[in-house]
Amino acid sequence: MEDIWAGLSAAFQLIGTGDPDLIEITLRSIQVSFSALVIACLIALPLGTWLAVRRFRFRRATIAVLNAMMGLPPVVVGLIVYLLLSRSGPFGVLGLLFTPTAMIIAQVIIITPLIASITHQAMRELWAEYHDLLISLNTSKGQRIATLIRDGRRNLLTAALAGFGRAIGEVGAIMIVGGNIDHATRVLTTAIALETGKGDFALALGLGFVLISLALLVNLAIHTLSRTERDGRW
Amino acid sequence: MVSQVKIPTLTDAVVRKRGKTIIGPVDLALPRDGFTILLGPNGSGKTTLLRLLHGVERLSAGQLTWATSEALARARQAYVFQSPTILRRTVAQNLAYPLQLVKTPKAEIAAQVADWAARIGLDGALERYAPRLSGGEKQKLALARALIRKPEVLFLDEPSANLDGRATREIEALLIATHQQGTRIVMATHDLGQARRLASDVLFMLRGRIHERGQAPEIFNAPETPQLRAFLDGDIVE
Ligand SMILES: Nc1ncnc2c1ncn2[C@@H]1O[C@H](COP(=O)(O)OP(=O)(O)OP(=O)(O)O)[C@@H](O)[C@H]1O
Ligand SMILES: [Mg+2]
Repeated sequence: MEDIWAGLSAAFQLIGTGDPDLIEITLRSIQVSFSALVIACLIALPLGTWLAVRRFRFRRATIAVLNAMMGLPPVVVGLIVYLLLSRSGPFGVLGLLFTPTAMIIAQVIIITPLIASITHQAMRELWAEYHDLLISLNTSKGQRIATLIRDGRRNLLTAALAGFGRAIGEVGAIMIVGGNIDHATRVLTTAIALETGKGDFALALGLGFVLISLALLVNLAIHTLSRTERDGRW
Repeated sequence: MVSQVKIPTLTDAVVRKRGKTIIGPVDLALPRDGFTILLGPNGSGKTTLLRLLHGVERLSAGQLTWATSEALARARQAYVFQSPTILRRTVAQNLAYPLQLVKTPKAEIAAQVADWAARIGLDGALERYAPRLSGGEKQKLALARALIRKPEVLFLDEPSANLDGRATREIEALLIATHQQGTRIVMATHDLGQARRLASDVLFMLRGRIHERGQAPEIFNAPETPQLRAFLDGDIVE
């Protein structure tokens, strides 16, 4: 109990004084996860929309693969990316292992299926609703996609936020491929794991609060979005 | 104003779904002018026939021939579905949508939107989120949205199914005006009073086929088949 109270007050002190380590780690976390999010969205949003709108031969198989990938344990993703990027692996020459880039790659692999799957679900509903009208109004393919994206934008944003939430809280994969190197690849989750192991609860708790705040912020945003959906604002 | 028949001609048209014949065989060449009313019991194929004529339903057999090119004809048609699709946007944006698709100037869109909203009594609700409108308001919105591009042919699938008497009359006035300005109208309805008020000619459908057709006064005053007679009397027709 003593430890916790001491840790808590030290944690607030770190946050209050803007501890440089804490800030550095937080910013890196956001940077890595946000980069992963942007890349994952570039793949997943069009993919999910396309799966919803187009009928093609391997559509069902693609969806099945996507769902299976959603269930991949992050640690295993980390292991695979590690093997691919390690010196003796196929991409070893790039020297990416233990860099933020490696962490971004792992996170992209983890969150792309999630974002694509949520996008697919939402866009399929919207397409079913709009199909007859859009056909009847003689819309071009481009106009249809544009309409779906515009009117489904809340859902797309929700999908992206869910992806970000998963990325920022992920620890197993980035620990393996990033290596948790101080001032290089240490992020919120890996730092918490380390500091807890060392028994430095102050920093661990401080980082934990930051992480929780970020996660809460993301969930609040998702919640607000679904409320504006019901009220029909923007 | 109506230069060409923008409705396709059906020859031995058949629509099957899951092995079941829903329509046909049907031969149909509609006159270039008029207000055609589709009558028939539930499930007789009215909706499917309308969709077929609009070009959004696929034929299983037979032919569908357009007098002009299909692309040209389809661009000049509008359809109001039995359960109207309302875009997840405001009332104003719903009305503007068909005009935006054909790159209408902004000022023109604004003027049209204001005009049509007033005609359907939604001018006070322009900024409301359209999916939250009442069933009847949605139906009126869908109709106005269909009319806003001034179609040469208008297909309507029970446009006043959710409306009270007064709103029904408003819609009918709108349809009569639209027809007088030269729009060809084909409409399915269950409201026999409405059919009498609006029809210039009638198609009576039964089990996916056109069972009887004719000009309006004769069809109502002297139906030939016992089935149509029973239907007009409000009896159950099998
Ligand atoms: N996609 C489909 N799959 C299977 N059956 C269908 C499909 N669409 C329509 N049907 C069937 O075709 C028949 C005709 O349907 P349609 O909707 O054209 O009738 P309707 O005259 O418009 O009926 P209502 O007055 O109830 O609107 C019905 O028996 C319906 O169940
Ligand atoms: Mg119907």
